[in-house]
Amino acid sequence: MATQTPYEVLGVKPNASAAEIRKAYRKLAKEFHPDLNPGKPAAEARFKAISAANDILSDPEKRARYDRGEIDEMGVERPRTYYRPHAEGAQGWKYQPHGEMDLGDLDDLFAAFGSAQGRRRRGGEGFMARGGDRRYSLTIDFAEAATGAKKRLSLTEAAPLDVTIPPGLDDGQVLRLRGKGEPGFGGGPAGDALIEVHVAPHPFFRREGDDIHVELPVSLAEAVLGARVSVPTVTGPVTMTIPKGSDTGTRLRLRGKGVQKKGKEGDEYVTLKVVIGDSGDPELAKFLEDWAARHSVDPRRGMGVA
Amino acid sequence: MIGLDELLSRVGVERQELDRWIDNRWVLPQQHAGGWVFHEVDIARVELIVEIRREFAVDEDGLSLVLGLLDQVYGLRRQLRRLCDALATQPEEVRRAIGRALPRDPL
Repeated sequence: MATQTPYEVLGVKPNASAAEIRKAYRKLAKEFHPDLNPGKPAAEARFKAISAANDILSDPEKRARYDRGEIDEMGVERPRTYYRPHAEGAQGWKYQPHGEMDLGDLDDLFAAFGSAQGRRRRGGEGFMARGGDRRYSLTIDFAEAATGAKKRLSLTEAAPLDVTIPPGLDDGQVLRLRGKGEPGFGGGPAGDALIEVHVAPHPFFRREGDDIHVELPVSLAEAVLGARVSVPTVTGPVTMTIPKGSDTGTRLRLRGKGVQKKGKEGDEYVTLKVVIGDSGDPELAKFLEDWAARHSVDPRRGMGVA
Repeated sequence: MIGLDELLSRVGVERQELDRWIDNRWVLPQQHAGGWVFHEVDIARVELIVEIRREFAVDEDGLSLVLGLLDQVYGLRRQLRRLCDALATQPEEVRRAIGRALPRDPL
């Protein structure tokens, strides 16, 4: 569960007045006070959260600090992130000037170094070095990782980098673009661009190697009677037949609908999950009463709870 | 990495203001799934920009200058680190010779 903001804990809007906050606090505090809820540990935990939220929001100074992100929901000082370690870290390249300007300066420096050497060793070569690598990170969709994609990375002062995502790329995989790093010195080769690619998780697709798994909700009628239904795949929806007499856990395969590696595409596995939907439907209840009276079914057989 | 809304609430900056910074290419979030994605480096940079604007009361013209110089300094530091790393791999006599050859600051 994500942490709630003190505003959410008290159920007030972020622009609530001091009076509104006080009122909300009093109401909730009365409801969840541990002494008024003996033996309910949940009430106590809730009360603690309510008190902590009130501590912050009832104090204009603390409230302002919370709003600015200086303290967290518990009033604890938030560790400050500084830019410097990032600028000097692996991701910092994105913001650094490229091309002729500062590299030119260094190039001059190395050229001078080279010529000094040249003077000593007559006809000798100047200083030559391969350019450094540059690291970038990129986030792509689940489907883009499965089907492959072309992405563009924009940079501050250089032409954007075009990145080809191969189908079947894994989260955290690093792609190398040869010669797209820093220019070399004194005629040396350029370095490479190293792109760490993150794959955003998908709400219902899951990958296992080159196969994709998805849990598909089906109605009771569809499971019992069979049906033609539309199923999402990474290349778009396809129609699939649910065989008559299916059940929760029935697994169906869509051949070639997994990771789109040319010639050896993965498959998509669809696991059915029967959902009753409106279980309060009187017609269904009536039918099941009659039906259950004539059929004894124990789905828990084998669990030793007969 | 976080999205736009989370960044706005975390850093306390107006949407319009941030949009302008992105337009000016002071902040380079990634475009993804119809929105922006901010990586750690981008978040830290936005926090720095907010601080320079608010606490140091630098206006946006000044900010452009500050960021330009800052990016150059970090760029140079990187280059210098590469050079130092390369020197560190040299045999001791080479490192000593370079040390002797380094001119003293005339002041």
